[in-house]
Amino acid sequence: MTPVLEVENLRVDFSGRTAAVRGVSLQVQRGETHCLVGESGCGKSVSALAVMGLLARGAVREADVLRFQDTDLTRLNERGMARLRGDKMAMIFQEPMTSLNPAYTIGSQMAEVFERHRGAGRRAALDRAAELLGRVGITAPGLRLGQFPHQLSGGLRQRVMIAMALMCDPELLIADEPTTALDVTVQAQILRLLQALQRELGLSLLLITHDLGIVARMADRVSVMYAGEVVESATAEALFAAPTHPYTRGLLACIPVPGTVRRDQPLGSIPGTVPRIAPGFSGCGFRDRCTHARPACAETIALRGAAPGHLYRCVLPADWT
Amino acid sequence: MSPSAAAIEVIDVRREFRTGGGLFAQARAVRAVDGVSFSLPAGQVLGVVGESGCGKSTLARIILGLLPASGGEVRVDGRSLQGMDRRERARLIQPVFQDPFSSLNPRRTVEEIVSLPLAAQGGVPRAQMRDRVMEMLARVGLSAEMAARQPAQLSGGQRQRVAIARALVLRPRIVVCDEPTSALDVSVQAQILNLLAELRRELGLTYLFISHNLAVVEHIASEVAVMYLGRIVEQAETDALFRDPRHPYTRALLASVLTPEPGHGIPDVGLGESYPDPANIPPGCRFHPRCPVAEARCRTEPPDGLVRDGRLVECLLA
Repeated sequence: MTPVLEVENLRVDFSGRTAAVRGVSLQVQRGETHCLVGESGCGKSVSALAVMGLLARGAVREADVLRFQDTDLTRLNERGMARLRGDKMAMIFQEPMTSLNPAYTIGSQMAEVFERHRGAGRRAALDRAAELLGRVGITAPGLRLGQFPHQLSGGLRQRVMIAMALMCDPELLIADEPTTALDVTVQAQILRLLQALQRELGLSLLLITHDLGIVARMADRVSVMYAGEVVESATAEALFAAPTHPYTRGLLACIPVPGTVRRDQPLGSIPGTVPRIAPGFSGCGFRDRCTHARPACAETIALRGAAPGHLYRCVLPADWT
Repeated sequence: MSPSAAAIEVIDVRREFRTGGGLFAQARAVRAVDGVSFSLPAGQVLGVVGESGCGKSTLARIILGLLPASGGEVRVDGRSLQGMDRRERARLIQPVFQDPFSSLNPRRTVEEIVSLPLAAQGGVPRAQMRDRVMEMLARVGLSAEMAARQPAQLSGGQRQRVAIARALVLRPRIVVCDEPTSALDVSVQAQILNLLAELRRELGLTYLFISHNLAVVEHIASEVAVMYLGRIVEQAETDALFRDPRHPYTRALLASVLTPEPGHGIPDVGLGESYPDPANIPPGCRFHPRCPVAEARCRTEPPDGLVRDGRLVECLLA
């Protein structure tokens, strides 16, 4: 089956000073949730922006393959990308308040998407908007359409963003930390909504998060990123049952898990901090923080199989202890 | 004073803000903190949890003396902080804030930042001041060469270590940590939590630890207070609260925590679509509009101050 999104060897440099993404490959299959997980600066958001053609000026994007369904994204100009964005591929961000225009009503912002991509009239576009607001669990959609973003709570705004992203029936939804700015109870509601919509609409979801709890509960497949590279990729079950890269194992040891707490014992932690990677850097970006580092870690390390469908980028054998 | 006496007592603290009242809007009173009381023995850690707008940060600022209370009292070692000299208060109670990027002066060196509380006290000779600063830096895991650096040259975790060193250099009784790890990556968050736990044991500190992250609070706190719309709605010893939450809001909060267990799905917390608004606190139980088990009497009868089995649970049905 052809994946909805196929990325191979994606590289992004910022003004020749920072190698933000260093050869990321991933595939999102139809109807699946693929989680891209990592800490700040690991390149997960930049990878998504590169796919959407939304990188800032001064960023250089290269890729061997960047394909959405049958479209080769590397060959599209800005106009071609603009036709896809908000139509067949849509994106939602962490802070809905900065993505919504404060000066326009919810209704007119939602309608605009439909008018532009579908050539629909205002009346039809507003009907579609009301239908989708209902679908994302907003009661009294008619009232909400006439309101401005500041009149809504954070959770409602994120529901509006999701509804807006769904206006044109996208095949792929990229969600970049969609619940990070929300309270935990609201986060659970929004994630449930995303899951339900995905099932109903057969949506493919690329979900970017730093939260391993969200990954465990949402992902079919996971790619763990560190310093611009995918260091491990597996199904969610395999990743949590048999984490293989030293970074993945370290990260899992760092999170306090309710119910397993021993207050007299320290949490696991990873010494040091996330490095900044300059262009020309080679080898494992984690080696300075890794207790198993050896000279071979300074050379380019290929992805290896730990099990079928489970890849990791490390010189250690899969069953290291 | 006996060793079990309260290191800090908070007695019916309230804070109201007035908003609006301009040409078009009618003035509204926001009851951000609406009658909070607790006392905490020395060496303990009280975790304060709750969602945005519950008043936990306002409470922290009142306790630190950064914001006057509209009512109530805060006592440290039995002495009221009201009207206390700022320098004296600084020796008793110190803050560690969420964002070390904005709480450290970018133009000062680490040594200057950490010595400022000592310098402000006056009467400490220069050489001795330097010794105490260097000792404190070593204690929080910063090497001596960090002393000459400025905040911009440090990572987020290192900056938070500087903030902790600054808070502890006067050897205060109480440290108020307001979301101290929320701006940090998970791998660094664990380092800082371990450091705070170690320092508490070594220096006999008492923490008020404010966080929205229940897993973090469970790890560090000995007792937990759950805040909702300006009040503590449940308070209990940590293990008891996590094992047997009594308030429906506490239950919803705990149910919302996503542990890294694949296949468990996303929980239905059953709180509906309405969100709490501190400018419009509902009558009766303030949680009733979102409560999945509310009854008719919850709409009229406030459960304030209810105790069940020796533990505070402000719920008529618990």
